[in-house]
Amino acid sequence: MLAPPDIVAAAIVNGLMTGAVYALVAVGLTLVYGVLHIINFAHGAILGAAMFAAYVAYRAGVDPYLAMGPLAAAFFALGYGVQRLIIGPASHGEDRNVLLVTLGLSIVIENLLLAVFSSDTRTIDVPYGFSTLDLGFVLLALPKMVAFGVSCVVGAALWALLTATDTGKAIRAVAKERMGATLVGIDPPRVFAVTFGISAACLAVAACLLLPIYYVNPRVGEAYVLVAFTIVVLGGMGSIPGAMIGGLLIGVVESLSGLFFGDSLGQLGIYLIFILVLLLRPTGLFGAAA
Amino acid sequence: MTIRPYLSILVAVAILALAVSLARSNTFANAIVTAMIVAIAGYGWNLLGGYAGQFSFGHAAFFGAGAYVDAVLQARYGVNAYPAFALAVLAGAGVGGAIGYLSFRAGLRGSYFALITLAFAEVMRIIANAAPIAGGAAGTLIRLDPSLTHFQFQSRLPYLWIALAFVAFAMALTRWVERRRFGAYLVAVRENEAAARALGVDALAVKLRAILVSAALTALAGALYAQYFLFVDASIAFGPWISIEALMGPIVGGLGTVFGPLVGALALHFLGEFARAVAGRIPGVDLALFGALLILAVALARDGVQGVAIGLARKWRARGA
Repeated sequence: MLAPPDIVAAAIVNGLMTGAVYALVAVGLTLVYGVLHIINFAHGAILGAAMFAAYVAYRAGVDPYLAMGPLAAAFFALGYGVQRLIIGPASHGEDRNVLLVTLGLSIVIENLLLAVFSSDTRTIDVPYGFSTLDLGFVLLALPKMVAFGVSCVVGAALWALLTATDTGKAIRAVAKERMGATLVGIDPPRVFAVTFGISAACLAVAACLLLPIYYVNPRVGEAYVLVAFTIVVLGGMGSIPGAMIGGLLIGVVESLSGLFFGDSLGQLGIYLIFILVLLLRPTGLFGAAA
Repeated sequence: MTIRPYLSILVAVAILALAVSLARSNTFANAIVTAMIVAIAGYGWNLLGGYAGQFSFGHAAFFGAGAYVDAVLQARYGVNAYPAFALAVLAGAGVGGAIGYLSFRAGLRGSYFALITLAFAEVMRIIANAAPIAGGAAGTLIRLDPSLTHFQFQSRLPYLWIALAFVAFAMALTRWVERRRFGAYLVAVRENEAAARALGVDALAVKLRAILVSAALTALAGALYAQYFLFVDASIAFGPWISIEALMGPIVGGLGTVFGPLVGALALHFLGEFARAVAGRIPGVDLALFGALLILAVALARDGVQGVAIGLARKWRARGA
């Protein structure tokens, strides 16, 4: 099966665009994993909730790109509250309990969305939805370009936050050595909640970027969450640059395997990479050796 | 083998049999059969997750393997229902062995093990959905031919007794494992793998045997499902729903206990019915309640519904004394 080079090139560029949003979804997941050492199974459901929030905002006349800031703030608060009030107290500090609590949360969120919005798949119509940019060898959809740009900026901002601010230092301290962090006056439960809040805020941004190019329904998060897991594992659990590069890589892989194997088997490529990475190099491509 | 440890199981089965023999309506019978199939899948999960402490999020892989092998052998190869059923259970064990060998050999545990089982189940779902031999997206129908030789029955009643018999078998198997050295090894691996290893327990072999038995039992539930509904498709057989139900039953009912999966499956089932009755026809509300209950179960009762009941009974007895 040979495809003309320009189609392959277009698939790669498009994969990079999608991959940037994947990266943004994965960054939140890897951050939570790195700090709390848990896998947040509610990650996809929170993304779904954020997409519906953006959808409701659009219905109320607010463009998703304009809603991005306020929604990110709202979801930061939401994530903070969920960790502080539900996940923290309910899990008694045991990892496998966190797993179950977040699984329960995802069931609750997805089904509340289902109850409120029904299972219909919805899309929105924005004036720039079909604007394109001609790069010569490939036509790029404007919303995808925006998604790519904003994702990269947010990823960089997050990196800066973690490396250059006191909050970032506290987060990294708790991730490395919980006890030590407590001894120097950091309050780990607060840091956990902040981390969770940042993760949810990233999802809100991703949701606003996705809505103009994708559909939304109560189970939309599922489509992203396994991809995000793959990226997190590929990039090394807890590594933010790893998640960014892994996201771009997976975007390209998905786009290419969709091109060569068709849509239904295209997904298979992602899962197989996921399984292989877990089996052969569970620390990921960029993770430190365990 | 003494009978004493199995007495409580006999009592439980007798109570269930009484309830089953009172079943008059088809809807009720249907609900009980489905709940018992889920309970059997839960017993499978419980051996690996509850006793050995290896949380799988992908028991759909085994359930689906059982369901598909049972259905495809009959529908496509004209195999009789009974050998098909037996082969389905074996196939489930085979899938379990393969997944277990790969994951445990690679040293995956905790979140990593949960994730890889999830991924394996998804891979199987996608393949079943695309493979012509499995009927593709249309699924596979077993030809309707109600007779004992085809393991199909006109009325729902025989299925009730069959499902009950398998639940009884799953409980007895769990008790048997629990009382053997192997059961002690499982718990040792769960509580502290390094310590178990230091004491000479071959942790890898123990986990492999656990996943073999666990997968076989869950595949049995899948084959029973196919035999009862005479239809499987990828999202039923390999869908995340069964992975979640298989783990929720034991967790809600009581992890690593003989009655946990049954108590949990029945409790969840009736709670679901209750939620549906309260919520009316709005889809999703009942499942949302499900999820909330899962969180509550983890938050309040580490030993599940059964643990709470036992705790309350103890308190009550202490007050009476």
